[in-house]
Amino acid sequence: MGPLVPQEIIGADWNLFIAFAIGIGFGFVLEQAGFSSSRKLAGMFYGYDTVVLKVFFTGAITAMLGLLFFSLFGWIDLNLIYVNPTFLGSAIVGGVIMGAGFIIGGFCPGTSVCAAAIGKIDAMIFIGGIFLGIFFFAEGYPLLKDFYMSGSMGPLKVSDVFGISGGVLALIVIITAIVMFKLGELAEKRWPREEY
Amino acid sequence: MKTKYMNPYLAGVLLGLVLLMAFFFSGRGLGASGAVKSVVVAAVDVVAPEHTANSGYYSKYVGEGKSPMKAWLVFEMIGVLVGGFLSGAFSGRLKWKVEHFPGITANRRLIFAGMGGILFGFGSQLGRGCTSGSALTGMASLSVAGFVSMMVIFGTAFALAFFLRKNWI
Repeated sequence: MGPLVPQEIIGADWNLFIAFAIGIGFGFVLEQAGFSSSRKLAGMFYGYDTVVLKVFFTGAITAMLGLLFFSLFGWIDLNLIYVNPTFLGSAIVGGVIMGAGFIIGGFCPGTSVCAAAIGKIDAMIFIGGIFLGIFFFAEGYPLLKDFYMSGSMGPLKVSDVFGISGGVLALIVIITAIVMFKLGELAEKRWPREEY
Repeated sequence: MKTKYMNPYLAGVLLGLVLLMAFFFSGRGLGASGAVKSVVVAAVDVVAPEHTANSGYYSKYVGEGKSPMKAWLVFEMIGVLVGGFLSGAFSGRLKWKVEHFPGITANRRLIFAGMGGILFGFGSQLGRGCTSGSALTGMASLSVAGFVSMMVIFGTAFALAFFLRKNWI
């Protein structure tokens, strides 16, 4: 049955409207969770507020299990789901630069847009920074291209690398997440926080 | 402790359901930095169309019949603006504000926000997606890239947290 647009069960002209509707849900949930506050987000890295850990992992696990069960029930064809390709070198170096941007700027791109929507001026400046950073990458692309394209591994899945089923991988992620949630709760007791 | 925000586990389940709907309807996950990329491409195309046509990077997105702003992620991020605004209105959080740790000035906060944004923007292109598009969506689809992005982004932020502690605690 699904995914509906790639299989033309819903016309492609509806795709952008669907994107808009899904974005509303995405923005609403992020803001309700408190992701519109850089101090709440940064709390993750000092232990006083681990909401990022809890929301991010619960979200990833819910969608992961949803895909596995939808596939099991025959509701979705996983072969038609986009899996982002792995380029190990650029993923690691890009991730390091993003991690630095996260702790320096206090936002990631999605949360900054959500925060800007409720009037956070620091988030608007952060978005201006993203714009510049992407522009610098685009202009520097001729120099970066070789590294950017190196080490292509295609749309590789973790379950295939370790030769386990998606379900077993999901179970491992769930157990890991529960342990981290417990650690997060302990950290929040250890380091007091204000409400932002 | 009492909080004005939604329970994080409930918010996580709802976030996961939104992501699942994106997969179910459109066959793809959420994202954020890709929408800003579209805006950058469209802006440069207006200012210097010859440059975009000849550049190895921009030329992928412009030309006959291609319009960088008519992209899934652009519409999704317009939705995020609307959804975030509605949530803020609903919970009484709409306010012009530079939010910062009381131990630093608003100007210092803005300078660091700008620098962080530049790094995040650059890194998101090199790493093929940010926390939403690569890490969250990638993990849900079990992609190696997703797990690597998640671990490296959060690992680096933890590793650097000590050096930036005066900005936050």
